[in-house]
Amino acid sequence: MTILEFILWSLLKVAVVTVVMLLGIAYTVLLERKLVGRIQNRWGPNRVGPFGLLQPLVDGAKSFLKEDLVPQGVYKPLYLLAPILSLGCALISISVVPFGEPKIGPKGLDLFSISNVNIGLLVILGVTSMGVYGIALAGWSSNNKYSLLGALRASAQLVSYELALGLSLVGVVMRAGSLNLRVIVEQQSKLGIASWNIFGGFQFVAFFIYLIAAFAETNRSPFDLVEAESELAGGYNIEYSSMKFAMFFMAEYGNMINVGCVATLLFLGGWTSPFGDLISPPQNILAHALFPIMWFVLKVFCFLCLYVWVRGTLPRFRYDQLMNFGWKWLLPIAILNIVATSLWLAYR
Amino acid sequence: MHLIVFILFAVFCLAGAVNLLLQTHPINSALSLIVVMTSLAVLYLLLGAEFLAAAQVIVYSGAIMVLFTFVVMLLNAGREERTLGSKAAKRIGFPAVVVILGVLSTLVLHVEGLGNAGPDNPITTTEDLSRVLFHELLLPFEVTSVLILIAILGAVALARKGHGDHEPDNKSAQEGTVAK
Amino acid sequence: MNFLLTSQVPLSWFLVLSAVLFVLGIVGFLIKRNLITVFMSIELMLNAVNLSFVTFACQWHAVKGQIFVFFVMMVAAAEAAVGLAIIIAIFRVRATLAVDRIDLMKL
Repeated sequence: MTILEFILWSLLKVAVVTVVMLLGIAYTVLLERKLVGRIQNRWGPNRVGPFGLLQPLVDGAKSFLKEDLVPQGVYKPLYLLAPILSLGCALISISVVPFGEPKIGPKGLDLFSISNVNIGLLVILGVTSMGVYGIALAGWSSNNKYSLLGALRASAQLVSYELALGLSLVGVVMRAGSLNLRVIVEQQSKLGIASWNIFGGFQFVAFFIYLIAAFAETNRSPFDLVEAESELAGGYNIEYSSMKFAMFFMAEYGNMINVGCVATLLFLGGWTSPFGDLISPPQNILAHALFPIMWFVLKVFCFLCLYVWVRGTLPRFRYDQLMNFGWKWLLPIAILNIVATSLWLAYR
Repeated sequence: MHLIVFILFAVFCLAGAVNLLLQTHPINSALSLIVVMTSLAVLYLLLGAEFLAAAQVIVYSGAIMVLFTFVVMLLNAGREERTLGSKAAKRIGFPAVVVILGVLSTLVLHVEGLGNAGPDNPITTTEDLSRVLFHELLLPFEVTSVLILIAILGAVALARKGHGDHEPDNKSAQEGTVAK
Repeated sequence: MNFLLTSQVPLSWFLVLSAVLFVLGIVGFLIKRNLITVFMSIELMLNAVNLSFVTFACQWHAVKGQIFVFFVMMVAAAEAAVGLAIIIAIFRVRATLAVDRIDLMKL
């Protein structure tokens, strides 16, 4: 296909995925509010639509219509750049995530992933590293002691847990032999649930390290002292209002979805069904294309429910306990996991 | 495609580097340097080094520059002052710089046999890189890990409070003696 | 369209860009008066050299060029950590980062 057709198809894929991602972010907020409400023995929002399903629309309208206050002493260029950087990094990582089987669409187009790069996993790690700047610059440009302290603590937390995150994924990469996300998923598709990396690949320790590091990376409970309203007078985003604050909020939920997608691809088998080859795929070509996407979305949904469940249940870590845990426990366990996996692979 | 991408990101590199020199506040210089490093990562992709491009973003832009940004924010030293500068730098430094640039450019542009970077060039996969790194160059790899360990220990020892703290001026020294 | 698909970039352009970035790093080292900015110019010089290594690795199809870039990155990371720790220690004593005030060992 010519380069112009390629660019147009890619723009179409990007538009569809961005719209789905933004809708996903909005409804993840609703999912969290409903689930946390049920954990706390109350209904979540249920007034606005049937079961509160129109609540995100109303929340979005509220964010747009609030007064957009820019305090006088802020350093304007960085103040305006920080939420853009945060939300941009959250939306960019989704571009290397493959959703479905490598179906070849018209003229050799790969329908279910925007781009299939050989180093897909490293791209996601790199974009996560760049997301630290959104928080750090937000705290700095706000010209406010509490913002700066909150931002520095948040950045230190993010940088520390990035190490454990990256190291926990090395076991999976060793088993698959490639950094390409499609190859990693296809390597888990032989026996259904028994060949997913978490069970058949014995990467359950790595999965739990990844889970804990992901909680810290996305600033979620139990590591959410950064945005704990009662602790730091709000943290790095106290000087932001209306849409810019909503962008930070969306970036956090976007990061949750990204982390869920990566966990699904690497540990839970991606788009492959848990029955593997026992149930033959449906003959209808449309169902054959859409079933893997359904499995993928279901697994990401389960992962998000796990996230919200942990948020509603566990208390918050103190900052020194958090840093202690990240450096003294998670990092050595991740390294031991790498050693154990490599020994197992060498003597298999 | 390679030509357009090269020109675009080379312009970003040069703009970032010039901005590094022209800005007065160190945080702006740090952000310009981040732009330079990320554009260099794209240029590495053009040259077929995909793992290095990812490593450049993760290590340089995402870790080293975060360290620089932290230090600028922590120390909060403010805008730099315009002083007279160094005479030696102006008299010998700038002409030497022009000479270096002239010699390098002339050499590079007149050399025969330099190829092109295009879509036909083979991409160096991570597997090729790791094969050489862990077979032939295993000793430098291990030595580098010891080096990084020493750097961590040195940084912690230097930046820790209580490491040979002197009083910055006489007033606090007097207060210290009075308090004792 | 064909031009877009098959256009190539002469490798000498990468080397000239590397030389210009290196020279800008030297100029930054000479004219900047803040300690952290001087240190950042050193990082710029290291990056320029990395670019020329990768260019030559592409020219000779030698993977060792890219591995050397890898080692330069690691050493630059170690150097940045220790250098910034030294800068913090200096700031604790002198309370300034202006290069012209830190030019004597005596306080």
